[in-house]
Order: sequence, then C-alpha cells, then structure tokens
Amino acid sequence: MGLLSDPVRRRALARLVLRLNAPLWALPVAWLERTMRSVGLEVYTQSFSRKLPFPDETHERYMVSGTNVYGILRAPRAASTESLVFTVPCGSDSTNSQAVGLLLALAAHFRGQIYWAKDIIFLVTEHDLLGTEAWLEAYHDVNVTGMQSSPLQGRAGAIQAAVALELSSDVVTSLDVAVEGLNGQLPNLDLLNLFQTFCQKGGLLCTLQGKLQPQDWTSLDGPLQGLQTLLLMVLQQASGRPHGPHGLFLRYRVEALTLRGINSFRQYKYDLVAVGKALEGMFRKLNHLLERLHQSFFLYLLPALSRFVSIGLYMPATGFLLLVLGLKALELWMQLHEAGVGLDAGGRPGPSAPLPPAQGVGLASLVAPLLVSQAMGLALYVLPVLGQHVATQHFPVGEAEAVVLTLLAIYVAGLALPHNTHRVVSTQTPDRGWMALKLVALIYLALQLGCIALTNFSLGFLLAATMVPAATLTEPHGPRPLYAALLVLTSPAATLLGSLFLWRELQEAPLSIAEGWQLFLAALAQGVLEHYTYGALLFPLLALGLYPCWLLFWNVLFWK
Amino acid sequence: MAAAMPLALVVLLLLGPGGPALAEPPRDSLREELVITPLPSGDVAATFQFRTRWDSELQRKGDTDHYFLRYAVLPREVVCTENLTPWKKLLPCSSKAGLSVLLKADRLFHTSYHSQAVHIRPVCRNTRCTSISWELRQTLSVVFDAFITGQGKKDWSLFRMFSRTLTEPCPLASESRVYVDITNYSQDNETLEVNPPPTTTYQDVILGTRRTYAVYDLLDRAMINNSRNLNLQLKWKKPPENEAPLVPFLHAQRYVSGYGLQKGELSTLLYNTHPYRAFPVLLLDSVPWYLRLYVHTLTITSKGKENKPSYIHYQPAQDRLQPHLLEMLIQLPANSVTKVSIQFERALLKWTEYTPDPNHGFYVSPSVLSALVPSMVAAKPVDWEESPLFNTLFPVSDGSSYFVRLYTEPLLVNLPTPDFSMPYNVICLTCTVVAVCYGSFYNLLTRTFHIEEPSTGGLAKRLANLIRRARGVPPL
Repeated sequence: MGLLSDPVRRRALARLVLRLNAPLWALPVAWLERTMRSVGLEVYTQSFSRKLPFPDETHERYMVSGTNVYGILRAPRAASTESLVFTVPCGSDSTNSQAVGLLLALAAHFRGQIYWAKDIIFLVTEHDLLGTEAWLEAYHDVNVTGMQSSPLQGRAGAIQAAVALELSSDVVTSLDVAVEGLNGQLPNLDLLNLFQTFCQKGGLLCTLQGKLQPQDWTSLDGPLQGLQTLLLMVLQQASGRPHGPHGLFLRYRVEALTLRGINSFRQYKYDLVAVGKALEGMFRKLNHLLERLHQSFFLYLLPALSRFVSIGLYMPATGFLLLVLGLKALELWMQLHEAGVGLDAGGRPGPSAPLPPAQGVGLASLVAPLLVSQAMGLALYVLPVLGQHVATQHFPVGEAEAVVLTLLAIYVAGLALPHNTHRVVSTQTPDRGWMALKLVALIYLALQLGCIALTNFSLGFLLAATMVPAATLTEPHGPRPLYAALLVLTSPAATLLGSLFLWRELQEAPLSIAEGWQLFLAALAQGVLEHYTYGALLFPLLALGLYPCWLLFWNVLFWK
Repeated sequence: MAAAMPLALVVLLLLGPGGPALAEPPRDSLREELVITPLPSGDVAATFQFRTRWDSELQRKGDTDHYFLRYAVLPREVVCTENLTPWKKLLPCSSKAGLSVLLKADRLFHTSYHSQAVHIRPVCRNTRCTSISWELRQTLSVVFDAFITGQGKKDWSLFRMFSRTLTEPCPLASESRVYVDITNYSQDNETLEVNPPPTTTYQDVILGTRRTYAVYDLLDRAMINNSRNLNLQLKWKKPPENEAPLVPFLHAQRYVSGYGLQKGELSTLLYNTHPYRAFPVLLLDSVPWYLRLYVHTLTITSKGKENKPSYIHYQPAQDRLQPHLLEMLIQLPANSVTKVSIQFERALLKWTEYTPDPNHGFYVSPSVLSALVPSMVAAKPVDWEESPLFNTLFPVSDGSSYFVRLYTEPLLVNLPTPDFSMPYNVICLTCTVVAVCYGSFYNLLTRTFHIEEPSTGGLAKRLANLIRRARGVPPL
C-alpha cells in the first residue's frame, strides 16, 4: 500500500503538484488555439481585465485578468451574416474541462459537415461570467460595465442563439437546464422546447431547477412537485442574477440557455456521446432557423419542462395585489377630502371648499420625509462601495466585509433617522399629515411594483406579496408594535433573508440560522458586485426605489 | 480569407471605353483557362475564366455619361445551382467539351467558397473606335476545402476535385489552358509535386508577388493523346505545417455594434498590413433608408488619431425612394487598422412594408473597397491580349501597385418588428372596429341638431295668437 494507492489522496497530490507548478491557474490558451486550429477552425483570442469594486470572496478574485479563446466554424459558401454560439466556461480549477473536451469533439465533427448555413462560434471563456461578459461586450463593440478588453479580430454576424454547457464529470446521470438570465430575462420558450424534444429523443433524463419531472399529474404529488419547481424558478428569477453564462446573452437579444451535467448517485449513467448527440441535434435545428425565435413566449413560469404558466394566467395575481394599494390610496384620498371639507366647514361655512390651500399645506409637510428617505436610499447605493477604504482603515475588516457591514449599518440607521423629521414642519392637523404621506407612499409603491412586475414578474410578485399587506395596514394608531414588527419582517432585506431560507428549504438543503446569516451576507456582497460587473439592476432598484418607499411607511408608523 | 468574402452575384455592365484598342481581334474568339492554386492549408482554389468576343453592329452612342452608371446589389441572394445552369449555357461549348466539362454542380457546390461573375463590355476594334466588338467574360472561382471534401488529405487531382477529367479541348476555342501555381515547387523542389510534369512554365507578378505557373495547353495534341485524358495531380511531398495563412495587405471587416432596437452603429475595420507603405482606399457604402444615418457621428480613426478623408460624397436617403450613398477616399497609414463608424437609428416601417420573414432581419449591402495596393515586386507592364486572362483579375496600373476591389460581408440588422401573430391581428381588427364605432358615436354626440321651424302658417299663427290674446289664453 503506497501513498498513491488511494485515489482520493492521489488526486489531492496531483492537484497539489499542479498548484505548485503553476501558482496561478490560467487557461491553456496556446494549447486550445493549437487544437482548435488543428480541427480546422478560425481561431482568435481576446484578453480582458477588470478590477472589481471590492474583492469577491465567494470566487476569491479581485484583480481579474484572463483570456477567452474562440474558434469560428465558417459555414461553406455563406456570407457570415448569422451565427450560433456554443460556449463553455472554463473554471479556475479545471472543473469544466470535460465540457471543453466535448466542445472540441463537437467542433471537429461539425467541421466535416457540409450542411451548415450559419457560422458556429466555439467559445471557451475564463473566469466564468466575467469572461462571457467581456467577450459579449467586445463582440457588440459596447462598454456597459467598464471592462477593459482587447477588440475582437474575428466576427460572424448576428448571433441567433447560444448554448452554454457545464459538465462536472465525464458521465452524467441527468441534464439540468437553466433559463433565468440577467434581471430575470428569459429565453424564448421554443429553445427550451427544442432541448426537451432532443432529451426525449435521446432518452436523456432532464431536470429543471434540479428537480425531476413529475410523471403523474392526476394525483396530488405531481402538482405539488410542480409547485416546488415553480417556486424555485420564481426565487431564481427574482434574484435577477444570471443562472449560468447564458444569462448575459439575453441582453443582446440572443436566445440562450445553459445545460448542466449532473452526476448523482443514480445507477443509470449516460456518457458524453449522448450529451453530444442532443447538442448536435439542437445545433442542427437552430441552423435551419429562417428567423430568430420570435413567437411570443418570452414571459412564462415553468412548473415542469413540458408545462408552462403563461403571462395571462399569472399577471392578474399581481394586478389584484396592486389593486389593494390603489383602493387604499383612494380611500385615503376620500378621507383627506372629507377632513378638508369638515375643517373648512367648521371654520367658515360655505358651499365651495377651498381645497387647494389645505392640500398645499399637506404637500409641504411631505417634502422633508420624502427627501430624507430618498437621501438614505442614495447613501445606501453610493456609500458602501465608496467608503470601503475608509472603513478598512478604521475597523479591522476586509473590503468585502466593510461593504456589507456599511450596507447593513446604513439600512438600519435609516430606521432611526427619518421619523423625527416632520417635527420641523408644524402642521395644524396631524392626521392629515400622515394620511397625505401614506397616500404618496402608496402610489409610489404601486407604481414601482407595477413597473417591476412588468419587467421581472417574479421579483414584482415577491415584493408585492410581502410589502402590500404591511403597507396597507400601517398607520400611527392601533397596535403599533405589531405594525412595526410586520413592517420590519416585510422590509426588502428581510424578504431577501426569508427567500434564502425558502430557497434552501425547497432545494431540500435546509439552513441553520448561522448559515443563513452567512449566506445572507454573501448574497448582499454578490448583489452589489453583480450590479457593478454585469449591470444587474436588483441592487439599485432596492436601494434607490423600494427602500426609500419602505422608509416612508416606517415614517407613517411613527408619525406623532 | 477568401471564404470570409461575401458571396454576391455581381453583374457588371460597364459602358466605359473598353481596354486598349486592338487592331483587328479575330471574330468570335473563345479563350478559356483554369487556374489552380494549392494553398498551404491544404485547400485548393480553382478559377475558371472564359472570354468570348464577337463583332457586333450595335454601336455605342457617344461617350459614357457617368450619371448613368448604376450600382445595385442584392445582399440576400446567395449563388446556387439555378444560377450555374444558365451561366453554363452562355458558354460556346456549353458543358460538353473543353474546360467546361469540369463544371459539375454537385462538386462546385460542395466547396467552402463559390463566386460566379459575368462581365460584358464593348471593346474598340480600331484606334478611332469607329466599330466595336463585344466581350463576354465569365469567371467562376471555388475553393475546395481539405476538411470537408478532402477528408483531411491534402493531395488533389482533377478527378477528386471535379469527379471528371479533361478529355478534349473545345473545338471553338482559340486558347485553352490550365495553369497550376507551383511557386513553392520551383523554390525548393521539395514541397509540391505536379503530375504529369509540366512542359512549360509561366512567370508573372500576381497580387504583388512573383508566382510561377505550370502551363498545360489542351490544344497541344500530345497533352491528351498520350493517355486519352488529362488528370492533373498535386502531391504535397512534405506536408506543410498548420501555420496561420498569409495575411493580404488590404482586408476589411464590417459589423453592427450596440444592442437594443433603437440605435446602432455600423463599423468598418480596414486593415493595412503593409509594413511601410500607406495607400488610399475608396470606400463606397450604400445603406438602406430604414437605417437613418447620423452623418455627424461619422468618425474615422487610425492608430488612435482622427483620420480626415480627403474626399466625401454623401447623398442622403429619401424614405422609400433611395438609399444613403456614402463615398469616401481614406488614406490608410502603414501597418494600421482604420475604423470607420457611423451611428444610425432604426426606422419604423409601415406594417405592409415588412418582408414575409421580418424576424430574420434586414440586410445591409456590403461596402465596396477599391484600392491600388502597393506591390512588393515591381511588375512589368504587360500586353493584355497576350498574357493569360487571370492577369486581368488584379490589373496592374503602373507596375508598383495593383488594383483590388473588396466586398465586405453583408450585415443583418433587426428592425423593431411587431408581433405578427394572432395578438397583432386582433389588435388591428379591434382598433378598426373601435375606430369605426367611436367615430360614428362621436359624430352623433358632437353634432348639434336644429329643428327647423315650419315656415308655412306664419300668418295663420299670428292671427290665431291675436285671437287667443283677445280671449286671454296663452299664445301658441
């Protein structure tokens, strides 16, 4: 029994030796170039670098620089006006090297075929999504996120569709498909149907959100399982983060999805030939497309691969939730109107109520809380990243921690600050003051939620379902501690924390409180980072839109 | 590089004064030739040229009026067999004899590049140009791909390329030749072998470099009679390494940048890879009207500095009538990349103006680059009539440079497109119904109705009222 007879030890040692030889892992660019050229592709490389706003502790990176390698298979006798993309992110510890192997094998096979009508780009990216973002920005010659990259030497026209592949081993038990993209964008449902068709044809086992497809829809189990999958998708979509490299393609109107090979303890395993066959089928179908996938299935929720919930079914739910806000606002407006009439009737009897001056007073008292809450939102958006260096100098924390802790500190400070401001403005009628403020806050919330629900339904629905009841109930009378507890529990940060617990619960990997807290902190840092690196909109939306709005309700609650 | 060039069926009808005047060209002369160029990558390029001349009583009317020069392009059309068949019928021997027996559609379209052209021009028959003859020149170029058709092997023969061999010359041809580029062969004798060995060779400067060709004359009886057919074979003695192909001095790339359906940018990258010579390029762009160009955003940068074009001609578009026309003369510095970019806004079309497949996108025709590229080797001025036909593909003007015309790739641009499926139809229909109903209702509601008093009985009424007043009853 030697040291290396144990496979685990052997692998560990091999990894160690690899680490020692190459202290910084990098993509084997020269080898990839050579190999791609030898199978007959036009090969180009692109180098990029990006300094993150603060260190990314989940992926352990700060100053990122890398190289993307891509080879173009030119369609014979075509003019390079359209192309398809097959992308494989190559991780820092060669986790995805099987996928690179499959990419090269497919490239070699595709090169020998005569039927291609669209060019095919085989793209291997480094630093997962950062590399994909750099390549996409360079391909479309735009700079959205401040990425520094070398211009691309070779292009192949308008990209029609893209498929990303992630494999963890050379045998798979199932293929998981991810559709949720940046800011909750979804690819056309037809692309997913295409994948499902080839899965069925090849007898592959397909999963969605890591869940098996329910077979029996008549009993209770099937719909329940569908509901779990649906909830997972809603949470995933609401997070607004790309659920794979495909997510970044959607901004450029390239229909894309990510396939993940899962290797679980299941008995029956498929080798890469089966995966390759499914991919070949998909590419041949996409190659035959005369138009982009454009039939109007861009807005959907998926309880299973073969079933979808269409926008016509789910939108009314949000509509009714927002209607509550509207009705409540209407009620408040009527009350305000009556109060104004009653006041004026008491002071000076007359049929024509001089409403405009009364409303003017109400509006003036609103300016201060509105300004203060918006300023808090702005501070929440700007200060954490701007002030990280100051924080690290004065406190014993790292940059990433500093950002997260500043974020939380400003968030909590917001609760203490604004409800004292209205003392500055003296109003004759205290009731009218909070009513007017609540009226404005309700309309503000309804407008924001309406807009969010239109672009990212899941996020809009989650926020509406949590914020609407507390928002409508809040008033400075009645059981204040109860209202306060309800408001805090439904604040955006608490919703995020709750969503994390629900998400892990649905994945059947429940969290302890401590783990949940750690995950929450990590999620905050990731949210801020994704805003700066990919242009995700969740962080600015919460900081500049919903948090100030929520503060207004907090203000209403503590109105004196 | 050749495969990246666009594939467009370009028919040039040049009404300009044809080449140098010749004393008396023979009537109905046919010259045909095939040039085979083995590329280091293992691909083989084959170019056919057929030139027919005939005397004609049709006379040109006066000098060419340059206002009537026409340029048109169908960027969407790709060449296919239905273009090849009528093209072959223009040949005097059709595809029965001579080089044209090799033109088998299934092989020609099993290639990675295919380009076909027809050129017609009048040629003066005497120095004063009182009578002319017409010249029809047909060219066809294909690039056979070692990966697809050669199954990875790099050796070639006529039979493997075209699944035919040459058996007899076209009886009508006055010249029928096959040229094989053996430049590498003649240099070190080791890389390339041609079988049967050539009897004569021909040297010339093509694209700025000196090249050697093995010449096989089909009219030479000995060439075919020995073995009843001619099956040229190329063998790579020492397989060339997989090296990056030589980059031409001038090449270009074009793309649309930006995302979203409102704005965009057309960018053209012009590469001058010549190590020390700058040269001017004439860039002609014709952009459809539904891309509204913002000419003030036209920027030309080389090596990070602004590059002012020495000549700009811009003709703005008129909606639904004519496209934008932009023509520029740009000096390309040595060893540089010049980026020409111009922003545009996508116009909304009327709903009947969309093509049947609007989600495919709309094509923007390729830009045309014309340049005199400096050559590495000085070329002698040649006699056009005596030298091989392929010389005229890249005509040399003064020996130090040669003329190149490049077409960039056509572009595919997506315009804002309504969803032409059922909801759109429903919206259109409902809007029409609502408009009709609303219009008539609105008309009814806003119209003021007057009840016309009957004018008759005015006198009787007045009388009656008088009586009623006398009786103390309220009047009518």
